[in-house]
Amino acid sequence: MKRLDTDSRLVEPYRFGFVTEVETDAFPPGLSEDVIRAISARKGEPDWLLDFRLKAFRAWQRRPEPHWALLDYPAIDYQAIRYYAAPRPRGAGGGAIDPEVERTFERLGVPIAERNALAGVAVDAVFDSVSVATTQRKLLQEHGVIFCSFSEAVREHPDLVRRWLGTVVPPTDNFFASLNSAVFSDGSFCYVPRGVRCPLELSTYFRINAAGTGQFERTLIIAEEGASVSYLEGCTAPMREEHQLHAAVVELVALDDARIKYSTVQNWYPGDAEGRGGVYNFVTKRGRCLGARSSISWTQVEVGSAITWKYPGCVLEGPDSVGEFYSVAFTNARMQADTGTKMIHLGPRTRSTIVSKGISAGASRNTYRGMVRFGPAARQARNHSQCDSLLIGDRCSANTFPVVESAVGTATIEHEATTSRISEDQLFYMRCRGIGEEEARSLIVNGFCREVFRQLPMEFAVEAVKLLEIKMEGSIG
Amino acid sequence: MTNEAANTGPAGGGIFSIEGLRVQVEGKPILNGVDLEIRRGETHALMGPNGSGKSTLANVILGHPDYEVTGGAIRCDGHDLLALAPEERARLGVFLAFQYPVAVPGVTVARFLKTACDAVLGEARRLSASAFLARLREEAAFLEMDESFIHRPLNEGFSGGEKKRMEILQMRMLRPAYVVLDETDSGLDIDALKTVARGVTGRTGPDLGLLVITHYERILRYIRPDHLHILIDGRIARSGGPELVRELEDRGYDWVRAAGARAPAEAPA
Repeated sequence: MKRLDTDSRLVEPYRFGFVTEVETDAFPPGLSEDVIRAISARKGEPDWLLDFRLKAFRAWQRRPEPHWALLDYPAIDYQAIRYYAAPRPRGAGGGAIDPEVERTFERLGVPIAERNALAGVAVDAVFDSVSVATTQRKLLQEHGVIFCSFSEAVREHPDLVRRWLGTVVPPTDNFFASLNSAVFSDGSFCYVPRGVRCPLELSTYFRINAAGTGQFERTLIIAEEGASVSYLEGCTAPMREEHQLHAAVVELVALDDARIKYSTVQNWYPGDAEGRGGVYNFVTKRGRCLGARSSISWTQVEVGSAITWKYPGCVLEGPDSVGEFYSVAFTNARMQADTGTKMIHLGPRTRSTIVSKGISAGASRNTYRGMVRFGPAARQARNHSQCDSLLIGDRCSANTFPVVESAVGTATIEHEATTSRISEDQLFYMRCRGIGEEEARSLIVNGFCREVFRQLPMEFAVEAVKLLEIKMEGSIG
Repeated sequence: MTNEAANTGPAGGGIFSIEGLRVQVEGKPILNGVDLEIRRGETHALMGPNGSGKSTLANVILGHPDYEVTGGAIRCDGHDLLALAPEERARLGVFLAFQYPVAVPGVTVARFLKTACDAVLGEARRLSASAFLARLREEAAFLEMDESFIHRPLNEGFSGGEKKRMEILQMRMLRPAYVVLDETDSGLDIDALKTVARGVTGRTGPDLGLLVITHYERILRYIRPDHLHILIDGRIARSGGPELVRELEDRGYDWVRAAGARAPAEAPA
């Protein structure tokens, strides 16, 4: 009988690890005010945005890198990273996308040519530092929905960007948010006007390609009164020996009765079995429920990255607003994840739900870190948290750090936590019904994650189940 | 191998046989040479006092990894069962109704059984999703189970009786050739027992070999055995026809034990 453990030789092959050969317009490694000015100039930005960047840079320089998370990694040399790399446009007009880039996204299952566009989904494709294409623009325009690259939004909708940028995650928020605010090169922008239900799923696909390059994208989504939108993001990167830094910022704003659903399937390259290479993923994601009865729901399926540092949160300001966080974090081999959420209840009768499922295999480390805070005005606010850990093998670890702070007497908090293993009895039972060991394990893990997968839009849920199955194949020794 | 359809014409004549089976757990001998032969169409009952090795036998038939087989053989329609993994045994048509079915959180009964049926029934008898669901509903209704069970996580929060019905539901869906019921009757009230027994007897016939492991004669009023075996200290101490049930009821295991001490156990009937 095989043991339930991960053998380093059997870590699943990473299917998205190929490199695209393109001509790249890249900066030399290093970070300074000059580099930031050069990024801003390259994008032809207005002065206010350059000021935003420089303020963030100065804040970043004053701050030490945070080390409170349960993560071990060698010091990051910020001067060894390239802060800008973009595929050069090809073709006669000079503006066409390099066909290799187009093929890359095809290969990743994300067609960006309009003729092949996925039904029901509008895609913004980000390759290294720039957005290379956004699909389904016409249909979105008919509904008044703006969905474009961040750079384009700065050019075409400067007032909107200026009004909201940094209002959820200020440039001084934390070390990695400051870094992002200083050097971010592109990302997605979405604006859903009053009363509009976005007719398509919006999606951004992030691809890191160039070597030695960090990816620092920024996403800003605004849902006006009564608007609703569902947004998905996916990410992959080539297999490289060195670590690559990804430090993103996502800001969501929901006004009265607005609803934003934000789903992530994060499958950055996790490194090899010995922990060589892999993406360092330091991400700040936050939503503000500014309006009454607004809601923001985060769903994340984290199956990649060598290091994951990420706590998508909600600030519940509007009365009766709702925040949700559904998470599956799978770690294998030497992967380390420290992830969770923050639910900050400020308005009365605000409600939040946290469902976190951590699965650790191999010699990985998987930590849930969550904060639920009730401000003095959060009368009759409620939170329910459920944090479950599943261990595969005996070399991995799982930790849970829930923090609750309350400045109001009438808040309700429920917290449940479990840690379990896939038992031999479960496996034997399922095998006695003809189900092979690997399939049995995969069924058990999918069952464990069911509550979270149910939150994903249908096609994504199917993808997530498949992806986890592939990841699970590595966890037998 | 083994996607071979269960319950179809057997290569080896339709016999399930256990020969001289010796088993130990953590170095301690539990079965000390068990012989048993079940033909398709026959119903056998196995009784014995606590600790005689009944459940061990059930688990070993399916290949539980905690039990070490130190001697003997198990053959199923000519296949050497001991050489096969539990899932391969299941695909040959061997089914165990567990004494203590485990819960699988988050995996619905429908999902679990569809996966199991696809694995066991083979291409030829595989059902489409809608045909499968229709049959599952039918079988659940037959066992007087609420339809909502189908979409509940397997055995999670089920009562003892519900779990036992679920085992029989699985048996009916998987259409096995040889069934072992491991104390399926224990903990059931009389109505539940009748329903479960009806679920089993509805499947008996020339294609099914059945082994009913039990503590109590009660179930044998509803599932009538052709043969009864009494297991004591890891050996079949006595075998006989249905009349042995009455004798056992009257005289108890001590009588068998005493008789066994005087004379070696008879060969199985």
